[in-house]
Amino acid sequence: MEGINAKYVSKKISKTRWRPVSSSSLQQPDIFATGSWDNEDNSISIWSIGENGVSSMDDEFEGDPQLLCEYKHNGDVLDLQFLDQDRIVTASSTGAVTIFRHHHNSQTLSVSKLWERAHHYPCNNAPCTGVVCNSPEIVTVGEDGRIMLFRADQEGVLRTIEKADSSAIHAVTFLRTTEILTVNSIGQLKLWDFRQPGNEPSQILSLTGDRVPLHCVDRHPNQQHIVATGGQDGMLCIWDVRQGNMPISLMEAHTSEMWEVHFHPSNPGHLFSCSEDGSLLHWETSSNTDTPSFLQGGRNTSIISRSAIAPAGGNQSLINAWLTGDSSKGHLETTHMLPSQMLSVNSLDVLGQCLVCGTDGEAIYVNRHVPI
Amino acid sequence: MEEVDVEPTTTPIPGFDSNQKHLGFVWGPGDILVYETIYKASGGSAGGCPFVHEVRKDEDIYSPILRKLFNESHHIFVGLQRIREDLPSKNKKPQFVSISKNYRSVIRACMEELQQVAVSTQDAAMATQYGNQVSILLAVELIWNLCEVLFIDAAPAGSLVLHLLDWVRLHKADVDEKAREVLASESPAEHQAYWDVVISYVLQGRMDEARQVLVKQAALQPAARVMFKLLDNLLMKMPIFNPGETQTLTEFDVKWRHWREEVDHCLQDQSFASNRHLEDICKILVGDEDVLLEYKELLSTWYHFLVTRLLFSHPTVKPTELHYYAQSSMHMFLDTRSVPEPLDSILLAAFEFDIHQVIKDCSIALNNWWFVGHLTDLLDHCKLLQSHNLHFGSNLREFLLLEYASGLFTHHSLWQLAVDYFDHCPEFGRVYLELQIERVPLDTERKALKVIRICEQRQMTEQVRSICKIMAKKALRNNRLGSALSWSIRAKDAAFATLISERFLQDYCAKGTFSDLDLIDNLGPAMLLSDRLTFLGKYREFHRLYGEKRFSDAAKLLLSLMTAKIAPHSFWMTLLTDALPLLEQKEVIFSADQTHELMFCLEELTSGKSVPTPDKPMQVLATVHTALRASLARVKQLFTLH
Repeated sequence: MEGINAKYVSKKISKTRWRPVSSSSLQQPDIFATGSWDNEDNSISIWSIGENGVSSMDDEFEGDPQLLCEYKHNGDVLDLQFLDQDRIVTASSTGAVTIFRHHHNSQTLSVSKLWERAHHYPCNNAPCTGVVCNSPEIVTVGEDGRIMLFRADQEGVLRTIEKADSSAIHAVTFLRTTEILTVNSIGQLKLWDFRQPGNEPSQILSLTGDRVPLHCVDRHPNQQHIVATGGQDGMLCIWDVRQGNMPISLMEAHTSEMWEVHFHPSNPGHLFSCSEDGSLLHWETSSNTDTPSFLQGGRNTSIISRSAIAPAGGNQSLINAWLTGDSSKGHLETTHMLPSQMLSVNSLDVLGQCLVCGTDGEAIYVNRHVPI
Repeated sequence: MEEVDVEPTTTPIPGFDSNQKHLGFVWGPGDILVYETIYKASGGSAGGCPFVHEVRKDEDIYSPILRKLFNESHHIFVGLQRIREDLPSKNKKPQFVSISKNYRSVIRACMEELQQVAVSTQDAAMATQYGNQVSILLAVELIWNLCEVLFIDAAPAGSLVLHLLDWVRLHKADVDEKAREVLASESPAEHQAYWDVVISYVLQGRMDEARQVLVKQAALQPAARVMFKLLDNLLMKMPIFNPGETQTLTEFDVKWRHWREEVDHCLQDQSFASNRHLEDICKILVGDEDVLLEYKELLSTWYHFLVTRLLFSHPTVKPTELHYYAQSSMHMFLDTRSVPEPLDSILLAAFEFDIHQVIKDCSIALNNWWFVGHLTDLLDHCKLLQSHNLHFGSNLREFLLLEYASGLFTHHSLWQLAVDYFDHCPEFGRVYLELQIERVPLDTERKALKVIRICEQRQMTEQVRSICKIMAKKALRNNRLGSALSWSIRAKDAAFATLISERFLQDYCAKGTFSDLDLIDNLGPAMLLSDRLTFLGKYREFHRLYGEKRFSDAAKLLLSLMTAKIAPHSFWMTLLTDALPLLEQKEVIFSADQTHELMFCLEELTSGKSVPTPDKPMQVLATVHTALRASLARVKQLFTLH
């Protein structure tokens, strides 16, 4: 576990996100944002992990994250996403959705837009639990079971899906530009198509058996129909949304709630999950056959085997390895990335070779050399 | 009743005049609530202060920099508890020493950060506050370090003085600063602080550095070369006990006495008479206390004086002899008229190996239990505390940890750390946790989930139940039936699940349609949690079957709902009314048996065994009755036809 040091920040961290780097440059990310929770004064903060141009002779000299700027946030930061290089959207426990602007020259943050009662009950506020962006569109979900669609440059609400869910919606992700997937506290995945009018989901998927609340969802970067979910029981499920009502694979991951799951954006053979039990797992699929590396990433959908359930005899693409979990042909390795005896790891983000995560022990961990 | 050792501090409450009214108060876990009562002091006026004040003793947990101390030390604490019990104590000593050093480095890191902020802040009041916190942390680290040397590391005679020297050097860093200044100047030997630097080095036993600096002076006075060479020689030859070598303590003692005699000779010979500084150094080397006391300013503290004294007079001092020298040093050094500060008495108690006194004095002097709690816990792991039961049953370690953790629990964020502390208090920890955890405010589902997880991991089923109930009720109030149901499932609360199902059914009766179909249609095995919930699921299924025109299946289901007694009696009317369209279908849906059963149900309903719903008039019952008989007739007809 070299190269991972704790930075104590005096606030419990609920979300950490890397600022996106332009896909053309091969730079590693150097700026990340964090949101806090459960504090009297919550805030969002922007941190820098220093110049990457300088070649470090020694890992120990890579500096701690440095705080660039901070801004007060009303309510817990329940979700945080970068809209683009300068703007961050946050979901608050007061039901508000805020866009912050990061001014690079003065290193300050300011509120660019605020939708104060985006999520509410008839009489009081409802926490907004998830936000996802596809600039300039912003989709938010909350404990009030509503889905809201905003545009970053417009004042009003673009669309509201009322009564989308009778239970709290915990997370949301884009499947396609017009389709989203939400997960809720009765263990259902719901697909919504914005091209359809009305308030009905186009599809509902759930596990048979115990309805375990789901807390996080992430879509495979290249395969728009493959999603990973994690829930209260700490199990990692991989679903193929085209394939009816069953997850493709179910893997035991953590001993308590899984808070976030992320496919690596450029190496989808790697998946990361973090949990209330204080662990952060790095899942690596590897195939025993010598599959050429160009099968990783890219949009070679034609190479993907048609039957996504069991691997067909020959073609073992790495993407299939996810679908088969621990099959004998594919190989799944899990490594713990953090020292033991930690409080809950609430959030993680991975980009390039860098991983950042935040915990209830009021610490941030940055790893710049994730083996992928 | 213990007598109070120090004068209690008074805190004025703003807006309150103690001459006018009496003050009322009530204790909280870490603070006091204070309010003005209606009772007037004699001759007071009627006007009053409408506020309730919260008086907090411990400001530290709200300081952002000090918070890092609590978080980091929590991590170390948990690691310490998990050290395996089965290893013999002596193998664990290096581990304990390293843990002690970890704690201290955390304190130091915090101190440095506070120092930086204190220097850079514009606000004078904050600067003073930070300055105060820095000095408290300095004192805390000083005490901890001494406890580590004396109690945890428990250095024997010989090494003891060396460790104490390290201790003093660590806490007197200004020597190096001064030395840098002097050496950086143009002519170091003529710098006004030059001799201060040399003497300070000697007082700290840093002979090599002293010699290096002396060389500068020697270069300036070639005439006195012999004298300087002589002193240099003496300084170089000073024996230092090396615990690693095979040299025993007695051998070292002999060597040291030899050397001391040599130094004494030089003094007697007046070899250094021409240079007062060099002579002083020589006198220090033989441990001349009067000369040492002349350099009070350089020593600055009585414990520095003590260690220097020991170095030059009793380097083989045994731990048990320390207290005698400590007391005498303190008396010699301090002005007899000045009152010893709390820090001094704590250090003295440490030198006397009176751990309990150290802990007691620290508890009084400091405003939160952080230091004593962690130190006592570490000492307890080293098996240094006698099991010294206090009046209320638990031992000292547990008492302090409970106090510390209770204080943490009042903090809106640090309460999570407190949980681990309670876990490691075997006698009362669980009870404290049970009482405190229910009072954590639950604003979001996420926080509630974390609290529930904590309770579930410790099998606190009562608390899980009650928290789930609170969240379910909140959800119900906001009409989030799905959320409410999901909370009842978590708590396995059949009663609440029944309540929720009743709500659904009421909604249905009122509106004629089901709300939240996504929930009812997908109940899954959760349906079995309560009878009412099962009924709800099945009833919805009946509607679905009817919608899909699978009439015979629908009929069978409807009947089973009534006969299996899953349906509440209040709903039978509705069910029978639902049966009407099935009865009126062209084809015969219900068999003869089924129709008879339905008639039986109807009779039961009308015979007064159950209360008919007031909004379903008697004529509906009649209609149903008629339809049933017609259906029966048709079935019989079918039979007779075949």
